[in-house]
Amino acid sequence: MADTAAHSPHPGAGHGPGDGATKRDFLKMVAGAGALVGAGAIAWPLIDSMNPSQDVLALSSVEVNLAPIPEGSGITVLWQGKPIFVRHRTAAEIKAAEDVKLGDLIEPQSDADRVKAGHAQWIVLIGICTHLGCIPLGNKPTDPRGEWGGWFCPCHGSQYDTSGRVRHGPAPLNLYLPPYAFENDTKIKIG
Amino acid sequence: MVGLHKSEFKNPVINWIDTRMPVFTMMQKEYGSFPTPRNFNYFWNFGALAMVNLVLMIATGVFLAMNYAPNSMLAFDSVERIMRDVNWGWLIRYAHMNGASMFFIVVYVHLFRGLYYGSYKAPRELLWMLGVVILLLMMATAFMGYVLPWGQMSYWGATVITNLFSAIPLVGKSIVTWLWGGFAVDNPTLNRFFSLHYLLPFVIVGVVFLHVVALHITGSNNPLGIEVKTPQDTIPFHPYYTIKDSVGICVFFIVLAALVFFAPNFFASPDNYIQANPLQTPAEIVPEWYFLPFYAILRSVPNKLGGVMMMFGSIAVLFVLPWLDTSPVRSARFRPIYRQLFWLLVISVFALGAVGAHRPQGIWVVIGRLATLYYFLHFLVILPVLGKLERPLPLPESISRPVLGGGKMPGGATAKPMEKA
Ligand code: HEM
Ligand code: FES
Repeated sequence: MADTAAHSPHPGAGHGPGDGATKRDFLKMVAGAGALVGAGAIAWPLIDSMNPSQDVLALSSVEVNLAPIPEGSGITVLWQGKPIFVRHRTAAEIKAAEDVKLGDLIEPQSDADRVKAGHAQWIVLIGICTHLGCIPLGNKPTDPRGEWGGWFCPCHGSQYDTSGRVRHGPAPLNLYLPPYAFENDTKIKIG
Repeated sequence: MVGLHKSEFKNPVINWIDTRMPVFTMMQKEYGSFPTPRNFNYFWNFGALAMVNLVLMIATGVFLAMNYAPNSMLAFDSVERIMRDVNWGWLIRYAHMNGASMFFIVVYVHLFRGLYYGSYKAPRELLWMLGVVILLLMMATAFMGYVLPWGQMSYWGATVITNLFSAIPLVGKSIVTWLWGGFAVDNPTLNRFFSLHYLLPFVIVGVVFLHVVALHITGSNNPLGIEVKTPQDTIPFHPYYTIKDSVGICVFFIVLAALVFFAPNFFASPDNYIQANPLQTPAEIVPEWYFLPFYAILRSVPNKLGGVMMMFGSIAVLFVLPWLDTSPVRSARFRPIYRQLFWLLVISVFALGAVGAHRPQGIWVVIGRLATLYYFLHFLVILPVLGKLERPLPLPESISRPVLGGGKMPGGATAKPMEKA
């Protein structure tokens, strides 16, 4: 039987004993590798089917009217299933955000890099704590805002400043910025 | 090995089947006459209890699934409908909900029994590791089950736990998106969790089968932790341990019934009776009680990746425990120092449980860190070293000696009379 030959100490007719690799070894390897690629090709559609589908991906955008948001507070809008914070900062909050030494930050980034030029009173953030995904409190002036006056995450106590930068762990990163643009002075389009 | 089996069963129908497929002979061998150490105490009930509990979960789960709707718009209301309108729906759901808590109580006792009596030591390493696999599968199943009613805790628990994977460098975010099937926990997440919550219990059944296969090769450990030497040391599983297990099963159902009928929401969070709201995190997110010690370890480390690694590490150490403990003596009865450190470990796990239920502030942070430290110290440092330093008490000559009281026993072993099995 073919099987017996494969297991005999000197397989592969035509090769001298002790030749090392035989033709059969080679075929086994090619067949094995082929089967592996095949299994992967079958598995991939199954695995990828769990990734976001086309309808979820379809990049929706939302427009936000800024006029009704009073100075000192923010609102939450939903974009792609994620909460987006839009906050109207007071002059004191802007100054606090701009005056921080970058060296004091966990993830150094200047306030100017986090707002649109000429619109420093508006900060727009993805309202998801970069620790484990809770929604930080702080849009309403009556909410706990933490020591740095921005946002406070109730889940494990992370604190963000008025620029949405993390100032106190366990969150490792600043709040993310969504893509957005000003349509005019009182309207933005997210997405 | 082709050929008909020579069955010894008298009943002609059973004999006919057994001749062609010797499952009756197998059951008789593995659960009837199976030689079992004669000195089991009641801690040896918990394996059988876990099996009964698994069957209970599958039975109640299948009937819940007949009325449950795995869609984010319908799920919460469908569970409320089960509670109010479906005949006996409240009973089935409460039995499933409290059954999950009972399952973890039973399995944790089972596990600590193994720690105390050294059941993880050679030759039972594989048996032990299969047990840890079952624990992991149970955790995954229970976590996904808790998401199904789509309450606030369901939603935010799912968010926090799936986000743990974002701590993985480079690919973390893609993995989380893949787990969610979107950019937040949403309907696709609920759908796949239902699918997997239905599937995993049957995977558990498969691993339990392997667990028992391994058990029946090595045989059971026992409170003395010494090997079975003569047939005198054993008694047949049936009727001796079937009857002893039955006592435990009765107690189990009494406790379950007490929970289901008198305190069905004892372990539940009121927040989970509020429908999921992706825009509002509840003031306090607390996982189910059986995850609290692990949650406390996660929060005790002020670094995201570090916390996640320690949390998974706390289970990973159990996998390698057979090689960490260097003492050849199994039962803590004969290990005077280990016996005390064992209780220190139990205390630190309970402390972690308490820490997990509180806000990470003030004294809770300190307790959490100390308990986490001890947990890892116990397994990674103390057990490897202790085996070399500790002077065990003399072991009894055999299991049957102290039980049957035959003959004089050597030295220290007389110190503690064994209870009769
Ligand atoms: C290892 C066994 C299992 C465990 C540990 C487990 C655990 C859980 C938990 C903790 C819940 C949430 C209960 C609540 O708060 O409402 C749940 C819900 C649910 N489970 Fe399971 N389960 C198991 C097996 C099954 C099986 C086999 C099925 C289906 C065939 C199933 C179907 C369901 C359904 C439909 C729900 C949602 C209804 C509800 O929330 O009560 N479960 N499960
Ligand atoms: S999720 Fe915000 S601190 Fe953990």
